Amino acid sequence: MRLTVNGEAHELAATTLAELLAALDYEGDWLATAVNSDLVHKAKRAEFQLSDGDRIEILSPMQGG
Amino acid sequence: MLELYGTELPSRLLLGTAQYPSPAILADAVNASGTSVVTVSLRREMAGGRAGEQFWSLIRSLGVKILPNTAGCHSVKEAVMTAKMAREVFGTSWIKLEVIGNHDTLQPDVFGLVEAARILCEDGFAVFPYTTDDLVVAERLLAAGCKVLMPWCAPIGSALGPVNIMALRSMRGHFPDVPLIVDAGLGRPSHAATVMELGFDAVLLNTAVAKAADPVGMARAFGKAVEAGREAFSSGTLEPRDVAVPSTPTIGRAVFS
Repeated sequence: MRLTVNGEAHELAATTLAELLAALDYEGDWLATAVNSDLVHKAKRAEFQLSDGDRIEILSPMQGG
Repeated sequence: MLELYGTELPSRLLLGTAQYPSPAILADAVNASGTSVVTVSLRREMAGGRAGEQFWSLIRSLGVKILPNTAGCHSVKEAVMTAKMAREVFGTSWIKLEVIGNHDTLQPDVFGLVEAARILCEDGFAVFPYTTDDLVVAERLLAAGCKVLMPWCAPIGSALGPVNIMALRSMRGHFPDVPLIVDAGLGRPSHAATVMELGFDAVLLNTAVAKAADPVGMARAFGKAVEAGREAFSSGTLEPRDVAVPSTPTIGRAVFS
């Protein structure tokens, strides 16, 4: 499946958002995720089915003013 | 005690967490400032990266309240999405709402700001809008549900200090019961003292501390300036006069001829 993760193209076998995170070695409870500009809550990642061409954003805490 | 969205805070200084020379200096500066609130952001995490975890761990160890921001957002959609993702990560409904409208001045897009504020307030967020010193915009933000306003005193990172005292004074006068926090443009502790003397409830700054030669010393200095300005305002400052008035009594002075 062709997916865009944080602006980069990937070819992945993952079918759910949780599988995608595991495949790319993302872990921890400090991450926020969105698919096609919609928030996907932590608790929903395991059941969230990805589709070919989806755009995924994975954000984490950063310094800010 | 400063109260923001029902939360009482001992300090009237809010401090940003960006641009410090090191995480250790950031932590020391936060502690030295006495601040009760720090601002944080959200950015893309690298695959397999742990930068966010390390930073988040440091922030949590400081024992202060977190105010996530939507810095860098230039549209309502971006700001609203970033706010929702920040609530997910940081576990707080507080959000410093920035919708930038001009690349050069980093001036807020006040139209987008009001729209985003309305959406987020309806969604249960406690919105801290980074805005201009325009009274009409301020009224719209309050009507949208904001309980706090954060007017700039100069462009972000400019260190110019309050460039329009009259506008800030006017804002204080028009909204006597709304917590007003000067955000952006402060360069030195005397700037912070000045706006606190005007009756502002708090100040939020980052660059002036983080980029100082000694961020920890500067953080401490800003903490003292904010306290001094607040106490001066609470104590009632003398109005300027055009003529000299002797401070020493003239009655009973000796006469020599």
